Amino acid sequence: MAGELALIAVSAMLVNNFVLARFLGVCPFLGVSRKTESALGMGAAVMFVMTVASLVTWLIQRLVLVPFHLEYLQTITYILVIAALVQLVEMVVQKTSPVLYQALGIFLPLITTNCAILGVAILVQQKAYGFLETLTFAMAASAGFGLALVLLAGIRESLELAFVPKAFQGNAIVLVAAGMLSLAFMGFSGLVRG
Amino acid sequence: MQPETTTPPRPAHMGDVAVLPPGALPEARPATSARELAADFTRGIWRENAVFKQMLGLCPSLAVTTSAVNGMAMGLATLVVVAMSNASVSAVRNLIPGSVRIPAFVVIIATFVTVVDLTMNAFAHELHKTLGLFIPLIVVNCIVLGRADAFACKRPLPRAVCDGLGAGTGFTLALVVLGSVRELVGFGTVFGVSVFGAAYPPFLLFILPPGAFIVMGLMLAGVNRLQSRMGG
Repeated sequence: MAGELALIAVSAMLVNNFVLARFLGVCPFLGVSRKTESALGMGAAVMFVMTVASLVTWLIQRLVLVPFHLEYLQTITYILVIAALVQLVEMVVQKTSPVLYQALGIFLPLITTNCAILGVAILVQQKAYGFLETLTFAMAASAGFGLALVLLAGIRESLELAFVPKAFQGNAIVLVAAGMLSLAFMGFSGLVRG
Repeated sequence: MQPETTTPPRPAHMGDVAVLPPGALPEARPATSARELAADFTRGIWRENAVFKQMLGLCPSLAVTTSAVNGMAMGLATLVVVAMSNASVSAVRNLIPGSVRIPAFVVIIATFVTVVDLTMNAFAHELHKTLGLFIPLIVVNCIVLGRADAFACKRPLPRAVCDGLGAGTGFTLALVVLGSVRELVGFGTVFGVSVFGAAYPPFLLFILPPGAFIVMGLMLAGVNRLQSRMGG
């Protein structure tokens, strides 16, 4: 069991990295990677919401949608649950921990439209994961997202000082850099089979 | 053009497309001109192209463009969703209070995404399997919600539909171009038709994930160059 969970974790974090191999959450990946601190904040916020959201949607699928044969409502239910959850998390964090709110606050509303969150919730159902597997998968996937985000932020900070041709300034060079990063992550593909 | 007895005479250059019932839309002009509709349609194709100009909807653009056919299928699925959701949002725009409009839009969009998802699964099963996760993820495509919130919820129905069709067409074109380039360099084919001959060695990098980022980066640079050449 532990070995299986470790396999899921390594696969979700490195081999099938959410941003660099599966293209989930590319918008915040490009949008919030200007500075390392904001990348860290976004990574933490995503990790928090993704873990909670995937567990809640997992429970809803098992306790509501399947018993009542409402599987076709999956997309609608999930997106509403995620949107409500993000609001709830924002309010709870604001009340209980002003420090955490300061750090994560501005990123929380952005997360609703992060397709990685909905992506994890749907993938977990497609792979028919159990509760522990879901928890591991969501945490590893969001850790992988955070890792890619922080790495790209580091690259972008050095790019600020580099000479960039006029046509490549802005997002173009960032995408090429992300491509190189993705190429580097392909080196992990030998770690896990399948 | 049908002669209408109840509507006031209009200047000859305004070709009427839709005559809306009088009094139904207090904030809208009595009729929408064809020129306006055409402008709504063409705006999304190049000048405000979602992918190349606004950097929206990048996740599906990068993920499914391993071939021109996949890009086109994804683009068309999004086109249907954005046009239908724009139409519905525009039709109910006076009924939705401003404070809950985003959740309401999301429900409308999710409904059409489910319709497209189930329809594709029934009639184009192979394609549905290839695009996989990214069909339900049209729900969180910023283009769809963006058009609903920025345009459709303030405009009459015909204009909202044209805007949706335009944004969807622009997205489809971007995906077909990206998919064609990746397929051409990666496999030497476009839409499955061989271009470089059978002896072309596959250049897998462009089909694999890194290729998507690199091709997209190069194309953005190309668009930037084109724009500065045109004096934009």
